[in-house]
Amino acid sequence: MNALLPSPATIAALVKIGLLIGGLMTAAAYLVLVERWMAAWVQDRKGPNRVGIPLTKIRLFGLGQPLADGLKIILKEDFTPKHVDKVLYNAAPLLILATSLAIFAAIPFGSVLPPLGIPGLPDPVPFLVAPSLDVGVLWVFALSSITVYSVLLGGWASNNKYGFLGGLRSSAQLVAYEIPLGLGLLGVVLAAGSLRLDVIMSAQAQSGVWYVFAQPLGFIVFLVAAFAEAARLPFDLPEAEQELVGGYHTEYSGIKLLLFLVAEFLHMVTASFLIVIMFLGGWHFWGLTGAGDEVTWAGALIRFGVLSAKIFAVILFFMLVRWSWPRFRFDQLMNLAWKVMLPLGLANLVTVATIEEFRPQLVAALGAGPAKWLAIAAPWAVFFIGWIAAGLLTPSGTDNRPIRAHDPFDIEHELSGA
Amino acid sequence: MKPTDPAVTWLEEKPLGLAERLYLPLFVQGLATTARHLVSPKVTVSYPEQRPTVGNPLIYRGVHRLNRDDEGRVKCVACFLCATACPAHCIDIVATESPWPDREKYPEAFQIDELRCIFCGMCEEACPVDAIELTSLLDLTGKSREEMIFDKEKLLSVYDMTKDAEPMKSAQYKEELSPGHGAGGAA
Repeated sequence: MNALLPSPATIAALVKIGLLIGGLMTAAAYLVLVERWMAAWVQDRKGPNRVGIPLTKIRLFGLGQPLADGLKIILKEDFTPKHVDKVLYNAAPLLILATSLAIFAAIPFGSVLPPLGIPGLPDPVPFLVAPSLDVGVLWVFALSSITVYSVLLGGWASNNKYGFLGGLRSSAQLVAYEIPLGLGLLGVVLAAGSLRLDVIMSAQAQSGVWYVFAQPLGFIVFLVAAFAEAARLPFDLPEAEQELVGGYHTEYSGIKLLLFLVAEFLHMVTASFLIVIMFLGGWHFWGLTGAGDEVTWAGALIRFGVLSAKIFAVILFFMLVRWSWPRFRFDQLMNLAWKVMLPLGLANLVTVATIEEFRPQLVAALGAGPAKWLAIAAPWAVFFIGWIAAGLLTPSGTDNRPIRAHDPFDIEHELSGA
Repeated sequence: MKPTDPAVTWLEEKPLGLAERLYLPLFVQGLATTARHLVSPKVTVSYPEQRPTVGNPLIYRGVHRLNRDDEGRVKCVACFLCATACPAHCIDIVATESPWPDREKYPEAFQIDELRCIFCGMCEEACPVDAIELTSLLDLTGKSREEMIFDKEKLLSVYDMTKDAEPMKSAQYKEELSPGHGAGGAA
């Protein structure tokens, strides 16, 4: 083979990258529209429904809106304030978008294609840009930590109080929630025995028990931490509009702001991917997709469709939660992370580790069937115990009553030195 | 009133119940509320295609009109009460001697600057002969400032345009206040 030509594996990777980035950017644009629709519908409005095909009267329920939104923000003046650190100010949005997209190198977006029979291309072809990466989960977590770094950079380089506060909050929040996120994830990694996300999916498909059923506590911990990690309501403190104007991107405008906003949507998409892949069975659905590596073209499409549908459902859940719950106060956020989610995550991890350690003995003593049910029942028991304990033990009530020890306008009282 | 005043009753926040402490039940409740609104009928009016409905035209404050009497003359007697009452000073009246025997003065010119008007309805309240009224026309547009200064003819034409849909309010009030007793009761 000619050494100058790229190998089939390289071409396949490039095709996948093209499809993935194209799909993700389009999805991000349309998710903005979906978000606006959800916001409107929840508030009994109709939402954007007028922009259709330009220069015609065709409206298409407002499906042209992303184009209009995108053009508007791109054509806006990209203003750089005088007081910013120019290098970091420009680097932050680029870094956040690049890392948000690079995360998807290790995230499978389907199952596998049927064998193509192209020489030099290992069959079957997986729906994954970097199929030979054995530490996929670590890659995802390392890069999602770097996105925090660019939020910090953006806030710091803006040289603005609100931006700086947003960056500070972001760093504290993400440090706090990386731990429950990791604990939720560790249970899954222990049970599947692999750090590869595609293996985690097929492990769930083969056993038929999604990890949301086998590890309910881990799922809750991971879900809450994923909301915090994506900085979505009720954990959107880094950019709380009512308090911080725009948070870390207060000083950004035009296309740089667009990069930040797209990256935020990609965070939500990443979080949905992880939730679906690790806890909701990925491409698996009982009686619809099969479980093995042998697929037909139709089977590959069905698996892709099932995965996409699950991810879309999780994204809709993200958006619905945004209008259901008010934002946490910062101390409540920290309490929840350190006093509730961390112990619950540890409890889940210990349960899963114990079950996995003694599974061979269990199967030997009880037989395969009862052992399987026990391995599901025990985590649920831990889930309810942990839930009730967390509810009863943590000081979830807040004392917001006014202090009325004495009258604040009572000058005589103050003067008498009491 | 001081916070220590004995007349002030302080309400204590209720302690959290079990469902509240367990978080998730209330979360599901909130989610159910938003999900219900997600599919409930929308209140938005798609304006240019669909006209918003005016709840009660009697109390709606839209574009002004100058009413005509039974003989088609302007009802106004140029008493300046509306111009005096107007907080935005948008009414400009030029009075002259009336050619008709039933009143001393009538407006030779009557201008309302619709751009200055704040649609408070004071002119309507002040008018002793129910000559100036606010209609329920709500889409008031124009291409220049001059166009938005409505003169007497324009205001009378608004009356001609709306009189069938909205009879004079004075007549309607009388009907409402004393049904079947004619005009006398309301005065």
